[in-house]
Amino acid sequence: MSVPVIAELLKKHESELLQEWIASQRAAGIRTDLIDEGTVLNNSRELLKLLSIAALGGIDDLGSAEWKPVRNMIEALSRTQSRQGFSPSETATFVFSLKEPLFAKIQANCADPASEMLKASQLLDKLGLYSMESYMTGRESVIREQQESMLELSTPVVELWKGVLAIPLIGSLDSNRTQIVMEALLEKIVQTESEIAIIDITGVPTVDTMVAQHLLKTVTAAKLMGARCIISGIRPQIAATIVHLGVELGDVITKSSLADAFSVALKELDIRLVKGSLR
Amino acid sequence: MVDKIPILKMGKFLLLSIQVDMHDQLAMDLQEDLTHQIVLHRSKGVLIDISSLDIVDSFIGRMLSHIAHVSRILDAKIIVVGMQPAVAITLVELGLSLDGIATALNVEKGMRRLEQMVEDDLSLELESGEDRDFSAEAGD
Repeated sequence: MSVPVIAELLKKHESELLQEWIASQRAAGIRTDLIDEGTVLNNSRELLKLLSIAALGGIDDLGSAEWKPVRNMIEALSRTQSRQGFSPSETATFVFSLKEPLFAKIQANCADPASEMLKASQLLDKLGLYSMESYMTGRESVIREQQESMLELSTPVVELWKGVLAIPLIGSLDSNRTQIVMEALLEKIVQTESEIAIIDITGVPTVDTMVAQHLLKTVTAAKLMGARCIISGIRPQIAATIVHLGVELGDVITKSSLADAFSVALKELDIRLVKGSLR
Repeated sequence: MVDKIPILKMGKFLLLSIQVDMHDQLAMDLQEDLTHQIVLHRSKGVLIDISSLDIVDSFIGRMLSHIAHVSRILDAKIIVVGMQPAVAITLVELGLSLDGIATALNVEKGMRRLEQMVEDDLSLELESGEDRDFSAEAGD
């Protein structure tokens, strides 16, 4: 197989292409607040070099081993850009802006510019799509990390008294989060040998059948282990919703505020608080 | 392979600790053995410790509630103690809430609770006994 025309062009006109590419990137607008031109220049030079090497082995299959350095570089660049706050189109422009100078070179140097241009266009489109994909993967990993850290942050189990635990739930509950809440609560019950656990849902904006079912599961699991649960912080609208949905709370104790639930817990443990009269 | 789970007698209570993987035959034997022991010692309560049980399936769950029902008929209270969080979650997910079985966090708390339950029962019996005597006298 002969060496593709594009590979020859890339090799022959590398420095010219680089300059024109940078110019076209500059025309499209470089985010100087996020990246300096020196870095752009370096990145472009390196990618061009890798491209010209990879293109020698054929430009049809980007999945092949020859293209691996190019793919790695684009992947790394796009990921970093997604974290630095570049927009998707800015990230894609980096690759797509090479089209213009490359096409100009093909036009000037080829006997059959149309077919070569089509090939080059296909190649750059693939690379551009690949950079988009990497960009999205980068974004998704950021979202996933944030979700995880939110999960860890949002499920503290606190000990109010010896034998009384409270778990203040804040934000909407989904099955994933409820699972973590349930596990955290049960682990803590074992650890502290608590007999009463108060689940406070003041910070939960909405309660639907799923959430109610999850809460009931938690209560039942705690009961199996020998601890009693009190649900507190039920707002009027939520109480109405629960009744409206026909959720049967059974014999679960419910209180409107955490304070009420706490006093019930103290009563169950046979502890009385007396206002100090000494002084 | 363990072929029998020991049942210990402690005063008027029976104590049994499940520390091995339950298989079907073992569970059946345990049920039979336990009912015999309850009748033999006229036990008032049974404490089952499952703190070393990590794996549970619907069969074990059903077996526990079966034992509880049989014991109730034989007039013995039953309490299950020391269930691991993972086991509790599994049972709930399986839809087995072990209704009607008392539970406690550990053996110590369980024993106290069992004593209380039996005591309540005894005082209730005494009261109703007095009532009957009184009405009998009034009838004379």
